[in-house]
Amino acid sequence: MNSAAVPFEFFTVAHLTRIGNQSAATLAEMLAGLEVCSDASIFHHTYQTLGSHHFLTEGFSNDFAQWALADANRDALAEQLAALDIRDYISIAALRADLCRVVRDYCTEHPEFANQTALEPFFFCESVEVTVPFGRTATTLDEFRDGITHLSHSAFYFHFISSRLRLQLRTNDFSHWLADGLGLQELADRVNRVDIYTNTLDSVRAKLIRLIDLERGKHDGNADSHTSGRTNGDSHSSR
Amino acid sequence: METQTATPAAAQTATRIPLDDYAGVIGAGEIEELRALAKPLRGRAVEMINSTAVGGGVAEILNRLVPLAEELGLRIRWDVMTGGQDFFEVTKGFHNALHGAPYHATQKDFDVFMAYNEANRRRLPLDAEFMVIHDPQPAALIDGRDKNAANHWIWRCHIDLSHPNRTVWDFLNKHVSRYDGAIFSSPEFARRLPIPQYLFYPAIDPLSEKNRELPPEFIAQTLERYQIDPFRPIITQISRFDRLKDPVGVVRAYRIVKRYFDCQLVLAGGGASDDPEGAVVLQETLEAAQGDPDIKVLELPAWAPLEVNALQRGSTIVLQKSLREGFGLTVSEALWKKKPVVASAVGGIPTQVIHKHTGLLAHSVEGTAYQIRFLLSHPEIAFRLAEHGHAHVKENFLITQNLKRYLTLFLTLAHAV
Repeated sequence: MNSAAVPFEFFTVAHLTRIGNQSAATLAEMLAGLEVCSDASIFHHTYQTLGSHHFLTEGFSNDFAQWALADANRDALAEQLAALDIRDYISIAALRADLCRVVRDYCTEHPEFANQTALEPFFFCESVEVTVPFGRTATTLDEFRDGITHLSHSAFYFHFISSRLRLQLRTNDFSHWLADGLGLQELADRVNRVDIYTNTLDSVRAKLIRLIDLERGKHDGNADSHTSGRTNGDSHSSR
Repeated sequence: METQTATPAAAQTATRIPLDDYAGVIGAGEIEELRALAKPLRGRAVEMINSTAVGGGVAEILNRLVPLAEELGLRIRWDVMTGGQDFFEVTKGFHNALHGAPYHATQKDFDVFMAYNEANRRRLPLDAEFMVIHDPQPAALIDGRDKNAANHWIWRCHIDLSHPNRTVWDFLNKHVSRYDGAIFSSPEFARRLPIPQYLFYPAIDPLSEKNRELPPEFIAQTLERYQIDPFRPIITQISRFDRLKDPVGVVRAYRIVKRYFDCQLVLAGGGASDDPEGAVVLQETLEAAQGDPDIKVLELPAWAPLEVNALQRGSTIVLQKSLREGFGLTVSEALWKKKPVVASAVGGIPTQVIHKHTGLLAHSVEGTAYQIRFLLSHPEIAFRLAEHGHAHVKENFLITQNLKRYLTLFLTLAHAV
């Protein structure tokens, strides 16, 4: 089994929610808010909220979609907002542009709903992120598996989901290290394909562990060797 | 100026629950994470100040939070401000006024408020790196802030400030605006302030008497004691006998459901014996319930955590049909016990009950009745909602999450990582 030259360092993350001074009572106000709110606000209502509702697998995608459904009573808009998959984005700017486009198009098609007051207003909040070392590192697949088993939900989410924004790549920390650190490109691709919307974080973790175990099975009996390569192990810092 | 005792007696007498005991509830990884977050804060001083050592949600939370933070290596102390009867009369008036009730504040009220805050400034150390001041009563302690000290002052507001009495809020705001940040339980409860505002949800303790697992025999005995049939559906609302909890509306919803299902209704709560209005509401509820032996109106003692726990656990569906609500933590208590919940979309309830995901929301008596009928007709959906509700509480509304938010706040304020 390979051993990486640069270890994978597990981090954990905690988010503090800051309440903004901006709210929206109508779809038109929601659009105006989406256009000017901070990047940290877009992150909070999409990436962060998916992380804190990771146990929901049916229809819950982001706060904007949930508000459109439950408070603005606009099911079709909610579906379109929910269909935006955060894994398709490597920048908040691109995600914001699509959120705005969906709401703007809906308001253009249905001007009668644009200024209708929702049951409850939407309050824009934002996330303040703190990362600290989890105190575990891995240089082999076995150690990596062990580390994943012990991660908190937030830490798992940080490495598997929100890492895309940090890496600016359509991948995640785990896949990045499996490919570049251990040279396991096929396993990295499989891990990256696991669906986070139709699984809970716990079931995603279980799938990852199964994939890793399958890989370990292939390598049983092979001699250890070193693989060099760029890893993301040194890319973490407090943000 | 007469003063009352300042000893946080509850903290001294409460059974200390080690952090590792929570691993069985939230997972070892989450405990490891708390330790990782606390590591840069070890030895740093925190002072929590509120106005009561026992009774009330704030004391209940601090009672659990302080020992856990201590176990993580923070030098944390909990002080209770002292005050005479005149002070607490004024602050009760302020409390109601900040909730929007009519109140005529006089200069004498403000003088009394300031005098006791001044007296407590002289008495309390106020020198911790992180000062957390809870609710309006001690808010003016900020006036004693040492200009040369590099400490951080945070105001934790547990009440709904969305529609405050203008005079009282203007007075309080002069102090609040001097803090480094304020914490609210919901964005709806916050005010526009010139300082950062943070969102901290209130929390329940999964290992407390009110929420811990109970032996099935104890639940059965409790139901038997109140003559509740465990073999027919039990619909329960636990709340004070208060018009804002709409117990009569609950009876009306139940009567609609009763046309379709042979069910029972349990309305259990305190607040009737020491509150004249509570006694009136209890009487109204009893009158509304007349003639139906399947409606149990139970007046519980002010502190009956095991009975509340058993009644919630013995229920088929839990209601919270409030007309107005603060955060409404009884909802989280029920969700934690994996009970399907039907609740009003008011206050902090929609944060806990995400409609069609972790429970069902309603806006009327008829809507409440419909949602109950729906859940009784679809037990598999009720089961799924309850499972999701439990996970939602586990992720967001447990005392360990509250602790994590404080650690994150301190790390952010101190730029300690």
